Amino acid sequence: MPLDNVVFWVFAPISIAAAVGMLVMRNVVHAALFLVVNFFCIAVMYLLLDAPFLFAVQIVVYAGAIMVLFLFVIMLLGVDRSDVRTERLFLQRPLAIVLAAAFLVEISVAIHAAVGFSTLAPEGFDQLQANGNAQAVAEVLFRDYFFPFEVTSILLIVAAIAAMVLAQRKVRAVSQAELDAVEAEAVS
Amino acid sequence: MRTPIAYFLLLGALLFSMGTVGVLVNRNALRIFMSVELQLNAVNLTLVAFARMHNDLTGQVLAFFSMVVAAAEVVVGLAIIVSIYRRRRSVDVDDVREMRW
Repeated sequence: MPLDNVVFWVFAPISIAAAVGMLVMRNVVHAALFLVVNFFCIAVMYLLLDAPFLFAVQIVVYAGAIMVLFLFVIMLLGVDRSDVRTERLFLQRPLAIVLAAAFLVEISVAIHAAVGFSTLAPEGFDQLQANGNAQAVAEVLFRDYFFPFEVTSILLIVAAIAAMVLAQRKVRAVSQAELDAVEAEAVS
Repeated sequence: MRTPIAYFLLLGALLFSMGTVGVLVNRNALRIFMSVELQLNAVNLTLVAFARMHNDLTGQVLAFFSMVVAAAEVVVGLAIIVSIYRRRRSVDVDDVREMRW
């Protein structure tokens, strides 16, 4: 059995189990930690698919930055309150699972029809990135997709400003006269 | 690489449907958000698998862009959740019903 097959069959069940754990854990912190495990497994899948640059980005951005942000907000909001588990809509949970399963079957049929379950990846991907994966990605990114790349930087700035505006506490401006009045009251 | 490409696509589809279940079932806004992240990751995996299948690096660049957009989305979404929590001491999406008919 070749090595990448072994790696796939080790990490694919782990990622599925981590996703199940994320769905069934009652504590939100535990769910977030399971999601981190899932992100690591997907990063390993990127490595198997010859995308080492995305592997690094996945670990730094997703498992690092985004999940730290999630855990930070979870801690900030408090996690001791357990979630309400009663259903408010009739048959919501079974219906959701049935619909998701139907979707999965549909996608599987589509994959079987379009790709085939035993099609191997073609050769020649190594020649495509002979100077390394990061260089090859950078060539595509900065040659063909340079304008979207620049637009992305605007998007990030807008998102950062929006986060600051949305999450700030409204603080009333205090004038010097009010400060003096408070001070005079304290002295008298 | 000896692993068939379809296995990666099937793994992506499975993770995506699990994220769908999470979005449909949960009412805690943070849990819904984590399920959306799971869906985004599943789609990224599919993109990278297709890049490998077609010998074309555009798929990897697209996954890269999708990660950037996901990061921006998480930042804004969590800020909205924090401000909703400040206002009503709850992150239950059923409690936020002002803009609903």
